[in-house]
Amino acid sequence: MIDATTILRIRPGFRLQWEDAQQAHILLYPEGMVKLNPSAAAILLRCDGLRSIDDIVVELKTEFPDVSDLANDVYEFLAVAIEKGWVDSER
Amino acid sequence: MNGDNAANDQQVAIPRWLLAELTYRCPQQCPYCSNPTDYVNQLDSELSTDEWKRVLTEARQLGAVQLGFSGGEPCVRQDLEQLVAYGRQLGYYTNLITSGMGLSEQRIIALKARGLDHIQISFEASSEQLNNRLGGCDSFQHKIAMARAVKANGYPMVLNIVLHRHNIDDIEAILHFAKSLEADFVELANTQYYGWAFTNRDNLIPSQRQLANAEAVTDRFRAQHAGKMKVYFVVPDYYEDRPKRCANGWGTTFIAVTPSGEVLPCQNAKVIPGFDIPHVSQHSLEWIWRESMLFNHYRGTDWMQEPCRSCDEKWQDLGGCRCQAFLLTGDASATDPVCAKSTRRSTVIRLVDEEGPQTPLVFRNSQNSRALIKNGREFK
Ligand code: SF4
Ligand code: SF4
Repeated sequence: MIDATTILRIRPGFRLQWEDAQQAHILLYPEGMVKLNPSAAAILLRCDGLRSIDDIVVELKTEFPDVSDLANDVYEFLAVAIEKGWVDSER
Repeated sequence: MNGDNAANDQQVAIPRWLLAELTYRCPQQCPYCSNPTDYVNQLDSELSTDEWKRVLTEARQLGAVQLGFSGGEPCVRQDLEQLVAYGRQLGYYTNLITSGMGLSEQRIIALKARGLDHIQISFEASSEQLNNRLGGCDSFQHKIAMARAVKANGYPMVLNIVLHRHNIDDIEAILHFAKSLEADFVELANTQYYGWAFTNRDNLIPSQRQLANAEAVTDRFRAQHAGKMKVYFVVPDYYEDRPKRCANGWGTTFIAVTPSGEVLPCQNAKVIPGFDIPHVSQHSLEWIWRESMLFNHYRGTDWMQEPCRSCDEKWQDLGGCRCQAFLLTGDASATDPVCAKSTRRSTVIRLVDEEGPQTPLVFRNSQNSRALIKNGREFK
């Protein structure tokens, strides 16, 4: 389970990069990829093994002050990302 | 989020995948190999390192971002490390699809240093005896050592086992074997019937009962061992009532380049007669992707006949696989006969329902390749 202190990172061997051709961030993994929408990318770019989920929420709130219920969106998305194996926590 | 499949976007037809079949040379002899049965004719015409670099550059410029090195056995090429480094510098996610033969721990380390992202090792079975018999060489112990080295060097570890009549009943043992090697992903890929697999089809195709059992065992295993190892079970589409898209949609996603530099919309497309196969020495990849007859012919839905033409599902499966349509009906523009709406569906049902005759397996090797060419079966 994740909480405010959980520190997530992109799963080792997976790679997040900007693709000009697709005008999007994409997450690459063995024999597959997923194109990320801007909000998903904003969250995943911050899953760097250093920031906690709380840090991420605080940062995104500063960057996108108009989004209501942002924390909820972040938790929901990260739950999916964990379930899909895109991110994990080192501990 | 937009699902697992970045390529469902119709409006941008840019390739995402480059499959670089570096060589048809291979120490193994798998009878379900999807390489062309006439590969022996192409052993001496492999692209050079520089030619491959140009292919990698051009495909990346078009938008490809997944790069698969396969073959044959790609590790046979001594310039693999160079090509991996080059591909990675261009921004590709680099996948090595190998039997494990030709790999060594030193090479695994060297490839990592050059930026290789992922190694997929194939096993033929989970028992040494069957593995070595099916692969036609004593590879089992070496593969295990290589799988461990892949893991130890921090790559995601993907095991691939091609399933067919002779190993599908061992599925439980295969899954436990994969777990014992600490695989991150396991692909249980039912044989796709192209190339050598097509030649050997009657002696490879599992029965409905075998397939149902394997699926049930896989589901049970997933439930009991939920956790880190992801298990993919790829059902052969002969058993379904709708076909799969051809390479995710002909000319939408995929570019395959053969060892000698032919460019194809999927690695099997050469079976379809009547096309000038474009070659990297004659045209740029951009021209081939956008302009060539081969890539344009089955793009979209204009080429379709009935029942596809008026079918409301035509954008979902794009009429299925063109190679399969050709191989099973003799007409590459026909509805893929896997589809329940196809009038030729019975040709598929018959394959799945009847136990095929027990002809001996034809192993993939140069001698058999020459014999098949002589008998006029080079494209089957
Ligand atoms: S399927 Fe077997 S014979 Fe064919 S290329 Fe792969 S390892 Fe070699
Ligand atoms: S008829 Fe053609 S388009 Fe319709 S479901 Fe079957 S294969 Fe797909």
